[in-house]
Amino acid sequence: MIEVNGLTKRYGGATAVDDLTFTVRPGEVTGFLGPNGAGKTTTLRMLLGLVEPTAGTATVRGRPFRDHPRGLRHVGALLDAGDVHGGRTARAHLAVLARSNGIPRARVDGILEEVGLAAAARRRVGGFSLGMRQRLGIATALLGDPPVLLFDEPLNGLDPEGVLWVRGLFRRLAAEGRTVFVSSHLMTEMEHTADRLVVIGRGALLAAESLRAFAARSNRLSVTVRTPDAADLTPLLTAEGASVSGDGDRLTVTGLPAERVGELALRHRVLLHELTSLGASLEEAFMELTADSVQYPAGDPR
Amino acid sequence: MTTANATPVTRVATRARFTDLIAAEWLKTWSLRSTPWLYALGALAVVAFNAGTAYDHYKYWYQYDKGSQEFFVSHRLALVDAFTDNSALVLVLALAAIGAVSVTGEYGTGLIRTTFTAVPARRSVMAAKVLVLTAVTTVFGVLVAAASFASTRAILSGRGASVALGDPGTLQVLAASALLAPVAALAGLALGTVIRHTGTSIVACVVVLLLLPMILSDRRHLTAVLRHTLPFSAWDRLAGGALPQPRAALYPWSEAGAWTVYALWALVAGAVAVCAVHRRDQ
Repeated sequence: MIEVNGLTKRYGGATAVDDLTFTVRPGEVTGFLGPNGAGKTTTLRMLLGLVEPTAGTATVRGRPFRDHPRGLRHVGALLDAGDVHGGRTARAHLAVLARSNGIPRARVDGILEEVGLAAAARRRVGGFSLGMRQRLGIATALLGDPPVLLFDEPLNGLDPEGVLWVRGLFRRLAAEGRTVFVSSHLMTEMEHTADRLVVIGRGALLAAESLRAFAARSNRLSVTVRTPDAADLTPLLTAEGASVSGDGDRLTVTGLPAERVGELALRHRVLLHELTSLGASLEEAFMELTADSVQYPAGDPR
Repeated sequence: MTTANATPVTRVATRARFTDLIAAEWLKTWSLRSTPWLYALGALAVVAFNAGTAYDHYKYWYQYDKGSQEFFVSHRLALVDAFTDNSALVLVLALAAIGAVSVTGEYGTGLIRTTFTAVPARRSVMAAKVLVLTAVTTVFGVLVAAASFASTRAILSGRGASVALGDPGTLQVLAASALLAPVAALAGLALGTVIRHTGTSIVACVVVLLLLPMILSDRRHLTAVLRHTLPFSAWDRLAGGALPQPRAALYPWSEAGAWTVYALWALVAGAVAVCAVHRRDQ
């Protein structure tokens, strides 16, 4: 359980994190979304006690993280895959961390095996690809077998096989009853992984709710309908408040869920050849929600 | 509640032992390939400067007149060869850099965030770092001073000009030179911890530890007092004071004062390194 209450961080006049309040529950994967520069990393650093909040509190299982003299058994974190010394081998890097927390040495080789780095254990981290560093970072987070896990953009640099592995890992960690909090700036990454979402923009909370509730936010829920009787169906849909566009037998309907479109068609005996909900609605909900808070929009004249 | 395939970790709250942090810092020190090389090259340079000077005196011994030869022996100038000014400069530079890099290496790579996330008790991490660095550099200093003494003694004994370990002043030269290593390393560590950037830290070390004692004149009271607060000046005082007839100084200071400068620099530098990390955002 992570509890964030009124968390604020100001650097001089700039507000990086603005009065954030949310909780992250155990047994679920919670996605932490926001555009670049939204304050995700600063929030995670405050959770880990690396950055002191200007105001507010962040607690993990009821205690500020810095109250623990040793951290790995309480919270596992991957902040930046680059936070390693390139001159050490993967195994030496983990061995140092394990030793500092009184974790048995045997755990190091076990965890390297689990993240798929057993063959590279004796190689220096400086020669690792970004994907391998991400795996080492995940190994670091898992080292102490902690009940709470934080990952900052863990999918960067992973190959498709790695992405699938990480998704499965997160699901499994959550199924084991752990709290899993994963940041990302891409909705598509969270779509298949997260149960709940915490969305921020310009440091402020925009949404904290289940994935399903979040998807329903989009006012552009769209459905594709293919029917030979388009002329009959269109007025039925517009009467229900939907907007319909399209040509020939293919219609794009926004403002009505697919279930309702199907019901109307059945009741009025309109033949349908295809009825598809467009999966992009989460992405659209995210874009709509964060549109006003994008810090560095492309093509913005400065 | 354990992840598959991996050795389980006991979830029981184990006691946070400081010895674990010392062991971790020890592993951290020696798991970098550069560490043994840096120490080996530093030791080689220091011993080579001393042995080279002694060899010069050995080789050109018969070009000195009788009076000069007698002066060399009676004034125990072999003690000057045992640890020369140049070697002391090299020692300070190398050890201050090693001390600084031991922490700026963590800041430069971002490893410091991983370290402080694994061990939120930041001051304990730094205290362990201070202790491991002090131990390693003290051993280094003792070995280098011993090797310098042994090699210069072997060379100069060929001309009957050497001093023995038991001769007055020898142990003082060796102790002052050996302990210059941890003092310089701790000063470097403290500057590195405050500055957090490798290049800037090393420049700061050179300015504070090497340049200041050279530009502060000992012929005016104020600058002489300031100069006497620096570790290199303290080494100079202790090594020079070990000779039978030390140079006369306009503003003399005691050997006890010089030892105190060593102790204060080590203590203050250690305290700065430990305390500087506590409140700062990482």
